[in-house]
Amino acid sequence: MSMSRLGLSLGLIGICALFRQTLEADPVKHVLLQLPFLATSGYLFAIGLGVRNLRINKSIANAFSLISVFVILFWMLPRYIDASLVNPMVEFAKFVSIPLFVGGSLAIGWEKSNPFLCGFLKANSLSMLGVLAFLYTYAPVRICNSYLVIDQERLGAAFLITAIGLALAWAIPLFSPPPQETSFMKISNKKAVI
Amino acid sequence: MRSLIRSFLPSCVVILLGGGALWVATDGFHAFTEEAARRLYVAENKPEIPSLMLEDMHGDATKLSQKTGLSEKITLVEFIYTTCLTICQSAGSEYAKLRDQISEAGLGDRVRLLSISFDPVLDTPRQMRGYAENHGADGAIWTIARVSERDLSLMKRSFGLRIIPDEFGGYQHNAAIHLIDQSGRLAGIFNTNNTEEVLRGVKSKLR
Repeated sequence: MSMSRLGLSLGLIGICALFRQTLEADPVKHVLLQLPFLATSGYLFAIGLGVRNLRINKSIANAFSLISVFVILFWMLPRYIDASLVNPMVEFAKFVSIPLFVGGSLAIGWEKSNPFLCGFLKANSLSMLGVLAFLYTYAPVRICNSYLVIDQERLGAAFLITAIGLALAWAIPLFSPPPQETSFMKISNKKAVI
Repeated sequence: MRSLIRSFLPSCVVILLGGGALWVATDGFHAFTEEAARRLYVAENKPEIPSLMLEDMHGDATKLSQKTGLSEKITLVEFIYTTCLTICQSAGSEYAKLRDQISEAGLGDRVRLLSISFDPVLDTPRQMRGYAENHGADGAIWTIARVSERDLSLMKRSFGLRIIPDEFGGYQHNAAIHLIDQSGRLAGIFNTNNTEEVLRGVKSKLR
């Protein structure tokens, strides 16, 4: 159990709760700051509890990764973004479900999931962000009743920036040179030959 | 074969449950936004609208709806604030078009149009008369009115209105045409620029 991670997790969820009104007054801060903070909080908490050491097979890990996808899809629905602002029960559900089913599920499942599934989900998240960026920027009507059109357009631009940022973050390591052989690795390889 | 099933089964269960949850959450993939959900709820449930008292552009009292039997009129309601320079003005033009279509269809004595201001502080009867003159609302079919400050919250709740202040000192709100049937129920919500569909909705209620 890692107390620092647990503390950081509680700190993050505390920030989300304490600055709830400030974060939710702006759709960019709401969707691209508060929601990821909640997910990160759940992730750190689960890692702090040592869920990575759980012995689960790939099929269970895949299922955990998929749980997080469906919960993310739910909270990307404009209807529930709006509802969380006016209905305390929906707001409570947001504060519970995202840390638990997005952060927690990813902590349990992501590293042990099938790499093809991870790649598929990454590619889909980029395309989803692209669609959202287009939708929020060019929709002729207000998508969220709680936010102004100008804020909706800012959210669209922020979705696009996020998509580009994630694409770069995921693509750059693919082009980096393979790791240099260290002296430790050389010794290990010699032992292996012996 | 068994190992293949075992490896796919947990993911399949999650996909089925997750897909089902999204299906329920969006009313069968029909309502992804609050506005779509509001319109779907109204179409399916036809909620009763409280008969609020309004003050019209001449300073006279008028009722929002009258649930006194089928002989009463259908009321079409849109929500405005007269100092709006954008969407309320274009909605006013569409409403004028709708008034003409209702007249041409010979339904003038069975349908009334109401533009209700949700800004009772600025929209005095005099201010409302100015808006009425600009758009040709003479009170015969189309009346401009305001809700009292006391009843504003009740009206917003009853219709599911979301009104938020904008950066120019005005408001943004869910603009639409609301059909209140002869029994005082909210029976349909239509886009302001789709007057043909509104007319079809009115005719279907008068059959």
